[in-house]
Amino acid sequence: MTHHQSDQEPDVAIVGGGLMGACVAWGLARQGLRVCVLDEGDVALRASRANFALIWVQGKGIGFPAYAAWTKASAEAWPRLAAELRSETGINVGLDQPGGFTLCLSDRELQANVDMMARLHNQPGTVTYPYEILDHAQTKARMPATGPDVSGSIYCPLDGHVNSLRLFRALHAALKAHSVDYRADHAVTAIEPRAGGFALTGAWGEMRAAKVVLAAGLGNARLAPMVGLEAPMKPSRGQIIVTEKAAPFLRYPVVTVRQTDEGGVMIGDSEEADGSSLRVDHSISSVMADRAIRMFPLLGDLNVVRTWTAFRVMTPDGSPVYEQSETCPGAFVAMAHSGVTLAPQHAFSLADYIATGTIPKEVAVFSTRRFRVPASV
Amino acid sequence: MTKGRVSTERGIADLADEYDVIVVGAGPAGLSAATTLAGTNARTLLVDENRTPGGQIYRAITLAQPVDRQRLGEDYWRGRSIAEDFLRSEAEYAPATTAWSIQPLQGDAGQTIGHEVGLSSNGVARLIQARQVVLATGALERPFPIPGWTLPGVMTAGAAQIALKTSGLVPSGKVVIAGTGPLLYLLAAQLIEAGATVSAVLDTTPRENWLRAFRHARGFLVSPYLAKGLKLLQTVQRRTRVIRWVSALAAEGEGGLKEVVWGAGGREHRMAADLLLLHQGVVPNVNFSNSAGCAHEWDEAQLTFRPQVDEWSASSVAGLALAGDGTGIGGAEAAAIQGRIAGLGCASRLGLVAPAERDRLAVPLRTSLARAMRGRRFLDELYRPAKAFRVPQDPDTIVCRCEEISAGQIRASVSAGAGGPNQMKVFLRCGMGPCQGRLCGLTVTELIADERSKHPSEIGYYRLRFPIKPLRLHELAALPQTETAKVAVLADLADTHHPADLNERKPQ
Amino acid sequence: MFRRLSDRASGEITFTFDGRPITASAGDSVAAALLAAGVRACRTTPVSGAPRGPYCMMGVCFECLVRIDGMDNRQGCLVTVQEGMRVESQRGSRTLTPEPAQ
Repeated sequence: MTHHQSDQEPDVAIVGGGLMGACVAWGLARQGLRVCVLDEGDVALRASRANFALIWVQGKGIGFPAYAAWTKASAEAWPRLAAELRSETGINVGLDQPGGFTLCLSDRELQANVDMMARLHNQPGTVTYPYEILDHAQTKARMPATGPDVSGSIYCPLDGHVNSLRLFRALHAALKAHSVDYRADHAVTAIEPRAGGFALTGAWGEMRAAKVVLAAGLGNARLAPMVGLEAPMKPSRGQIIVTEKAAPFLRYPVVTVRQTDEGGVMIGDSEEADGSSLRVDHSISSVMADRAIRMFPLLGDLNVVRTWTAFRVMTPDGSPVYEQSETCPGAFVAMAHSGVTLAPQHAFSLADYIATGTIPKEVAVFSTRRFRVPASV
Repeated sequence: MTKGRVSTERGIADLADEYDVIVVGAGPAGLSAATTLAGTNARTLLVDENRTPGGQIYRAITLAQPVDRQRLGEDYWRGRSIAEDFLRSEAEYAPATTAWSIQPLQGDAGQTIGHEVGLSSNGVARLIQARQVVLATGALERPFPIPGWTLPGVMTAGAAQIALKTSGLVPSGKVVIAGTGPLLYLLAAQLIEAGATVSAVLDTTPRENWLRAFRHARGFLVSPYLAKGLKLLQTVQRRTRVIRWVSALAAEGEGGLKEVVWGAGGREHRMAADLLLLHQGVVPNVNFSNSAGCAHEWDEAQLTFRPQVDEWSASSVAGLALAGDGTGIGGAEAAAIQGRIAGLGCASRLGLVAPAERDRLAVPLRTSLARAMRGRRFLDELYRPAKAFRVPQDPDTIVCRCEEISAGQIRASVSAGAGGPNQMKVFLRCGMGPCQGRLCGLTVTELIADERSKHPSEIGYYRLRFPIKPLRLHELAALPQTETAKVAVLADLADTHHPADLNERKPQ
Repeated sequence: MFRRLSDRASGEITFTFDGRPITASAGDSVAAALLAAGVRACRTTPVSGAPRGPYCMMGVCFECLVRIDGMDNRQGCLVTVQEGMRVESQRGSRTLTPEPAQ
């Protein structure tokens, strides 16, 4: 279980072993730091285990141009992440960035998306990137499986997807290769600032570390105040349908339908403001299935093998939060619902900032201070 | 709707929207529960995947001929009256129907007032409500992960028994039966009685099991198993070669089984074979109870997880009872009695039988149940499969047949950070194929436990998801859709005049 | 690998497996009919392409998947064989036809 047990105090303790925690841990370990990842057990609320695996740029960053830029740069850094993981672990994470589509099932739905993209790109000081507005015929020309109910689509060449399960495995293999001390069944119940660092405790005992990174997803809400941080989140539940494997039929990821490199089709994602129940809502499955079949009628006969719900790590504005504690320097909070898209930023950039102890100005805009001042759009 | 039978053309379209009770599974437990409940005037629906009642143990019993009585034995024939009692009852029956989900229905105060059961038949899915549900999903054969067990020509012994019961098929050519468990010799005897030539029975029962079992011999000596077992053993030993103390087993061949290889007495032996029938006992089929959220516990005697039930077979989930071998292996006779007890419990919760009356009716049932369970402990100990056949030592042995994941991959992933079966799914996709872990779940748990030097109860099991049996995407798409659901999927933009504010929705 | 007991043969039904005509008995499941006809392997896996055949005969193992009348990945042990049924080996993953099969 444990990659590397050591009595020596780690330089950084990371709370949470999901995509965020694993990316940051890997990034820190690559710089030669002693890193310990404290993770929960086999059954936990794991957003990383339930994600949709898109690397997605289009549509993100309305009201927050820095998020658009951060996302775009992340998508551009993905080939490097995939290559480095492959060279360190031999695992191919199945990166594929052929561009992605938002398919619309009515003219009004299409117009709403077109308007949104225009607003996004008209924001002062925002990054721009190419995208195309396609009608039904143009959409069908690129995706022959498109059904007659599709009014049109938006295509963005920066979008893509990855095999998120292999990404997860590759990150863990990389952690092991860098002798990161990964500890499952180590839920953290308390964190206390101590001279020269922090003491983390749980049912398993106590650990001291010079720095601590909160990458515990929903668990951050409970942990952050212990080190003078905040982790504001709003309830967000998503549901996903997975089918049996099929021969490749879909060249491109669609924001709500993608075929994995192993052949299964994932259909998602719904969003409800519910943080209380993980019960699958068949009514939502029905709407999602219905829309997927209208987008691609040939999906109708596929066997569904799984449905599930998960809670997203969703901040009030949907953008990530990265922040170092002012009262307890050395304590960081990191959370984002786009853990796949932003994986390169977390592994390369964020890990650097944590190592040096300074978050640069252009990234400091992701602090929770933005929730305390009136938003400027 | 006629009682006991659903019109096959209309299928589940004919079913009502709600019942007092839905019983899932038409084996001895489900049939008895449904018959008992119908007898208390509960509006009862029995749903079953097969076309005729009986489950696996009494498979095709209503079609059986007198010649089958001789061939398959009196224990099989006993299922006939259980099935006939059910068909005479007022319960409705939906054969060839798969139950794929169950979810609680909440009342205004958030209390559970019943369940909604997802059904699928002939390409149509429905959600049907019931105030009480009894899951009687029975058992399945314990995984038997040996090298080559995925080769065509290797089947379970139970599969051969089903082929015999349903289609009168008898193995031919060079047939080898291997494994352990009370059903192993029963099947061998049945096949021999039916005219099969069995080349050999390879008995994998470990020698030390006899010592362990001896401590529980008293119950066995007064149980009917003793006489039956001796007779079976005699039949089999007289008509085929029985090889004992088999400690290693493999199936070999290119593209299909050619040879069975085994180790016994410190030496390797091989034998040409066309068909290898494997069996090392049965375990509860927990996929439904697991996905329904029922609490489960590890049963050390039976080396399996089983759902926890109270004295009335009620599970930890309100309004959901579990009966029969799905709650722990007790055999067909015990399952039928448990079904009746579960039926009484349900009827009482429905207010159809007063508690005092329920208790009175249950007294003789509990006596019979205790009698039926006599000797079970002895059998559990004697036929406890050896670790070598539960926890593959050869790293190349396939564990997850669907995703083709080997024991070595699983062991390696434990040290890479996958400390439990659910993390293992993420690492390797094991248990994520169409069988949904039914043929690898226990093996994966025990492998992880072995690798981590922990007890299986500390490792746990896969968290299973609906649908527990696949259904077509168009079946899902045809289920009722609420306005709330449309809003949650942004379908409101396409389908209604409500101008939702897309800007408040950030795409993933 | 299996033969049928003479007292259990009922009305004859003819179907095809990979184009080859096969005679079955009324009430047989597709998987049982294939076993009776000497068919051991009925599919190849999506992962490695390895051959597989019926294993459990009770609907839990999903090894007996076949294509029936153009519909991929059906459980042969749960489908009753019908006169004229077109059964084919399931080769790897299912394939999606460009038009819906309705």
